[in-house]
Amino acid sequence: MRNKGTLRQILLITDGCSNQGEDPIAMAALANEQGIAVNVIGVLNENAPEYHRQGLKEVEEIAMAGGGISQVVYTKQLAQTVKMVTQKAMAQTIKGVVNAELQQILGSQSSMEDLPPDKRGEVIEVVDEMGETMNLEILVLIDASGSMEDKMLTVQESLLDLSISLNSRIGDNEFALYVFPGKRTEAEELLSWSSKLESIGKTFSKISLGGITPTGPAIKEAIAAFGRKRSSKRRFLSDDAPGYSNESGM
Amino acid sequence: MMPQDIRTSPVCNLVVGNEIRGKWNHSRYRIRRRLGYGATGAVYLADSDRGVVALKIGHDQMSITSEVNVLKRFSKVQGKILGPSLIDVDDWVTQTATYPFYAMEYLKGETLFDFMKTKSPEWAGILLVQLLTDLHTLHQAGWAFGDLKPDNLLVTGPPYRIRWIDVGGTTVMDRSIKEYTEFYDRGYWGKGTRKAEPSYDLFSAGMVMVNLAYPSRFTKNGDPDKQFQSKIAGSPMLKPYAPILQKAWNGKYRNAEEMRNELVLLLNANDKAKSPQTQRNSTQKPASRQAQKKKKSSFIVETFLVFTFVFVVYFFYMLGQTM
Repeated sequence: MRNKGTLRQILLITDGCSNQGEDPIAMAALANEQGIAVNVIGVLNENAPEYHRQGLKEVEEIAMAGGGISQVVYTKQLAQTVKMVTQKAMAQTIKGVVNAELQQILGSQSSMEDLPPDKRGEVIEVVDEMGETMNLEILVLIDASGSMEDKMLTVQESLLDLSISLNSRIGDNEFALYVFPGKRTEAEELLSWSSKLESIGKTFSKISLGGITPTGPAIKEAIAAFGRKRSSKRRFLSDDAPGYSNESGM
Repeated sequence: MMPQDIRTSPVCNLVVGNEIRGKWNHSRYRIRRRLGYGATGAVYLADSDRGVVALKIGHDQMSITSEVNVLKRFSKVQGKILGPSLIDVDDWVTQTATYPFYAMEYLKGETLFDFMKTKSPEWAGILLVQLLTDLHTLHQAGWAFGDLKPDNLLVTGPPYRIRWIDVGGTTVMDRSIKEYTEFYDRGYWGKGTRKAEPSYDLFSAGMVMVNLAYPSRFTKNGDPDKQFQSKIAGSPMLKPYAPILQKAWNGKYRNAEEMRNELVLLLNANDKAKSPQTQRNSTQKPASRQAQKKKKSSFIVETFLVFTFVFVVYFFYMLGQTM
């Protein structure tokens, strides 16, 4: 049995441009360097003006720097998109790892696309298998600026739906939920690492919507949350969890 | 990535006479027309050296290769033809990009809705029986279909037979369902996980039936259980199947065969109250009640005659005793 390992993702849900603190694109690059993929979903109102769409260009740039996937959608498509983005990003990360392995075996220029269809089929089976069995840590980062108010219920439903899908996998999942801006800090924890998301209904009603959008600092806070999780895990599980200490370039 | 519209992709915009040549196997395909498109790519009718084929061209290596893997597995399930048979797998190289594609057997038929438009309602039950037979074979081979919906089904024939045409959602048992559509997904209705198991497909199979009665579907609104019940009660076509649909909805069937057998029993039953055809005929009910009344009165007459007879015999017996 292969070493299972863990995939780490930040899922940022936002409807606009950051306007305070560090550059979110730089922070996404920083996360990516530490093996955390940053995925971004930009949410549009059905009747959004054209300049608003342009403002969401940042969404794409953050995801690119963060080694993740981005998608701009209308509110009603959110549930499907949240799943699609998460699953695609998982597959992309795994594919990256598998491609790196292939390059080691077949030479520096090889990737999955260069394999004949038959061989490709076998590789995809391995990728599927890993996607199904690897553990997943996903930190959901929600923009709670005033303009998100009418979208919060949909966000909540989308996340519940995501947890149904992910919890149907064989691998373990852990979710954490942060909103930004927080009441006192730039990002505030709503739900700490947990395998269940069912309890988010209560926490969502506590969100107070703020005026600013400190996306950069929020991503930085999310990286720190992964760091804290890792160190606490080491303390509790010391050496009987080989999967978690295996951090090589994921 | 802005909202991407698959309709604008070159994959979806091949026209009559376009020729595609595979990078690896060098087979040529000449496009006749587009049969349809979905999230992962488009399907065309095309001419090749091996006759007319259905050609699926996609963007994403992952999903196209997964589908090919499933079709290959299907061909190994002995004796039964589960999906269209796979003919060729290759890449199409254009100046700007490389698109994966595969050629498969072209199944000629009608969509479920078109078929039902011209046929009597009991066909719905019969098609469902056929579908459950195939599902049982698939489940036994260790797979769940996943994305079961009218779009992925076709009625071929005559003799009429339901067939599945898109295997993109087919998933190894006990894993998470690869692809699904909300209306047919029990996760959406809060009726269970998205784990590949027989009951997942049976839920969807039931919803396919419901979809036939409500072609424009409906979305979640309030308590799903109540909503489902009222939708069934509100359709004369579905009402006779209520107990079976209810069990599928609640995940009570352990396997497809169990559901199939109950459905066959129901379709065989000549009980007037249950048969889908007479259900629509509302004048039937008072008529049968009248028949019942008649039965009741003849029963009273019979009883009276028997008593009179016994009394007369007893009278003569007593008469004989005293004499």
